Parts: sequence; structure tokens; C-alpha cells
Amino acid sequence: MTLDKRVSAAGEDGPSPITFRLDPASGVPTYLQLVHQVEHALRLGYLQRGDRLPKVREVVSTLAINPNTVLKAYKELETKGLTSGRPGQGTFIDGAVAQSTLPELTVLRRSLRTWFEQANAAGLDEDGIVALVTSSLRDFLERREPEPARGEQSAPRRRKGGAA
Amino acid sequence: MNVIETAGLGRRYGSTWALRDCTLSIPAGHLVALVGPNGAGKSTLLNLVVGLTPPTVGEVTVLGGATAGSVAALDAIAFVAQDMPLYRHLSVADMLHLTGNLNLRFDAAYARRRLAELGIGNKQKAGKLSGGQQAQLALTLALARRPRLLVLDEPTAPLDPVARHDFMATVLTAMADDGVSVVLSSHLLAELERVTDYLVLISHGRVRVNDDVENLLACHRLVSAATPERLTGIAGEVIESNTMGSQTHQLIRLAAPDTALPPTCESRAVGLEELALAYLREGITLPTLSPAGASR
Repeated sequence: MTLDKRVSAAGEDGPSPITFRLDPASGVPTYLQLVHQVEHALRLGYLQRGDRLPKVREVVSTLAINPNTVLKAYKELETKGLTSGRPGQGTFIDGAVAQSTLPELTVLRRSLRTWFEQANAAGLDEDGIVALVTSSLRDFLERREPEPARGEQSAPRRRKGGAA
Repeated sequence: MNVIETAGLGRRYGSTWALRDCTLSIPAGHLVALVGPNGAGKSTLLNLVVGLTPPTVGEVTVLGGATAGSVAALDAIAFVAQDMPLYRHLSVADMLHLTGNLNLRFDAAYARRRLAELGIGNKQKAGKLSGGQQAQLALTLALARRPRLLVLDEPTAPLDPVARHDFMATVLTAMADDGVSVVLSSHLLAELERVTDYLVLISHGRVRVNDDVENLLACHRLVSAATPERLTGIAGEVIESNTMGSQTHQLIRLAAPDTALPPTCESRAVGLEELALAYLREGITLPTLSPAGASR
């Protein structure tokens, strides 16, 4: 069986001003989901320096979540040095994280795509691909851990942007 | 400032105590979820808070010291009761007119704007609106009074998921816009997880939980070990414990977030729903196994 289901979705570029989505089944606290989505968008280059995050009110009224949750997420992002608040204007992506437009990213994405095509040809469906990627990544990180990790222990995959 | 403060509050109907020994203080700026089994005294507490019924014993004050039911308190609190109180035969315009005249403060412009956004026409009879629209109308009338405290008694129970989402979005947007504090009672634990940041849990007429959700989640963990002995000696209170096969799981309220756990046990954080369920199950005696059921 060959399934070409949504393999291409990984290559789509999202709109630059981020729209938050929530996964109620993930078990991850809501504020952390928001933080992760911003970090994720930064890593993939969907969000750039100077981009504005949605206003608290916009997030609250579209997702029907507590305003204090959004404030907490935005505070966390600011503490991490990823954003800064401009009074009366909103919260903006700060220049401190400049890893977003790595040229390697395009190359990496292209090689992933080739790999997906191979996996697809080998008959793996979406779940199979996800399972394989997840377990290989875990193996890789575990094996890499003894080497001197940057920053704190057990967070080898997060590269911290310069301190704000 | 505390939006609700009670001390030794109790209410008796006939010879039955609906609520007893209730001592609470809830700070402003939260969306407070009031949770408890049926008959735990939730509606009684809300009725006492809004001044619809006087206490049998004890005290209740609102919004930094106003006596519940006083003019100052009534003016600053809006209440939407369980059954969406609307005059079914009045048109939407008449409901607006009536509510405006019955209250000291009423922002008619806000109400009209909001109803237009919701697509609720002025000439429609309140009783002919859909369940979701009726709820939105009752909520709009409550919010147009520009309250500092909004009290909702199981507001979303009869609504479908989309109407529920829209209803909560309106409540939360009002919170973001005007800083209104909200207290709502509900059984829908899964839904509360997203909207609430303060939990009050009443069980058997007593307050069991009264805290910020963040603190609560930091102080509760589900710990598991091969034998129950390995779980003894943890500083805290066991809320729920069960042994299945060769594993014992306990939901523990730790004395402090950084309370040490024995290295021989596994532990993980819990969500709000899981936490509330454990408290709600407390004190429920499991049915004794009849001979027929003992075969399991």
C-alpha cells in the first residue's frame, strides 16, 4: 500500500503572524502550548524579528481561554528573551533569536523530504513515519547526552538564544 | 481585594444543611470554577454570594467587604442563574429596555453592539431564540450592567459544544477587556481546564480545595510504586489511592511543591480534571462486593 497522505504538509509555509491552536488531548498545559508554538514558529522561520504576536484579547476570544493564561505565556516568552512588550502596541518578536533563517534549514528540509519519499515508497504510512522519526530522535538524543551539553542538563535540543 | 469572603457560612433549609462551615477567600481577577457533586451546596453558596438568600449562620461579604445583598453589592454583581432567566414572551428589545430600567447602571450601547455581533435581532421573542442565543442574551444583559463580579450557575450545561465555546469566549473576552472577576459553577471538568485559573471544590458541604490552579498543579502529583510501603513517608496528604495488579498509584497533595519523593517511586504531574476527580471521589464508599460480583 502506498499512502501519500499529507507528506507534503511539512513543506507548507504558515502565515507569518502566528495563529494559535490548542490540542486539548496533549496534556500539555495551555500556556506552554502557546510558548511552544511561538518557539516552534521561530525555529522554522515562520516568525521573524519585529513580528507582532496576537493581542491577548484576540487569543482569548478565538480560543476561549483564560486571559491570565495568555499573559503567563507572553511573560514566559519575554523571560526567555524571545519577545518584548511595547506599551500600548503589543508583544513583538525580539531580535535576540536569530537562528530562524538558517540556510541549513532549507537543505535539511530538502533531505527530509527525500527521506519521506523513500519511507513512503517503502510502504510506511503517516503513523509509521512519525513512530520511526520519534524513536530515532530519542535514540540519537540519548546517545548524545553524555557529551558536554550546552546549558543545563537534559535540554540538549534547545539552543538558547543570547540572554536578553 | 477579595471578591468573595465567607466565614463559618452555613445555610439550612428546614432541617437539612445545604452548606456548612464554609470559610473561603477568593482574590479578584480570576475565573473561579466552583466544582462539587450534585447537592454539595454549590448553588446555595452562589445564592448566598449574590444575596438571593440570607445565611443561617456565618458571614459572607463581596468585593472587598460589602455585605452580600446590600445595594452596593447588588449594583456590582451580575448573576446568571441556572435556567437562563428571560421573559420568554418579551422581544429582545423589550428585554433590553426592561433590564436597563431595573438597574442603576446599564450600558445599552454595549448590549446592542454585542447582540448585533451575535446576529440576534431586536424583534425576536426571547423564548423563540435557540438555546445558545438565549444564553448569550442572558449573558449580554448581565455584562451590560458592567459588573465587577459575574456569577454564573452552570451556564453552559444545556448548550451544544459550539454554543459553549462562544459563550465562554464572551465571558473571557469581558474578563480581558474590563477585568471583571468571574465565578462559575460547572460539572464540565474537561472544559474548565482551559478557562479557569482558580478552583474551589466543595464536597459534602465542606470546602476541600480553594486555591490558584497553578499552585494546585504544582502541589499535586501522581506517584506510583510496586508496593504501597514504598510510598509511605511522603510529606503530604493522600487524596486517592488504588492498587492495580502489582502497582500502587496515589494522588498526593504535597506539603510543598519541592517535597522530596522516594527515589524508588515514579511520579508525574496531573491535570486539573484528574485532580478534581480524585477529590470528588473522596468519601464515596465503593459498593461492597456481593457474592455474585466477587468472582472478578
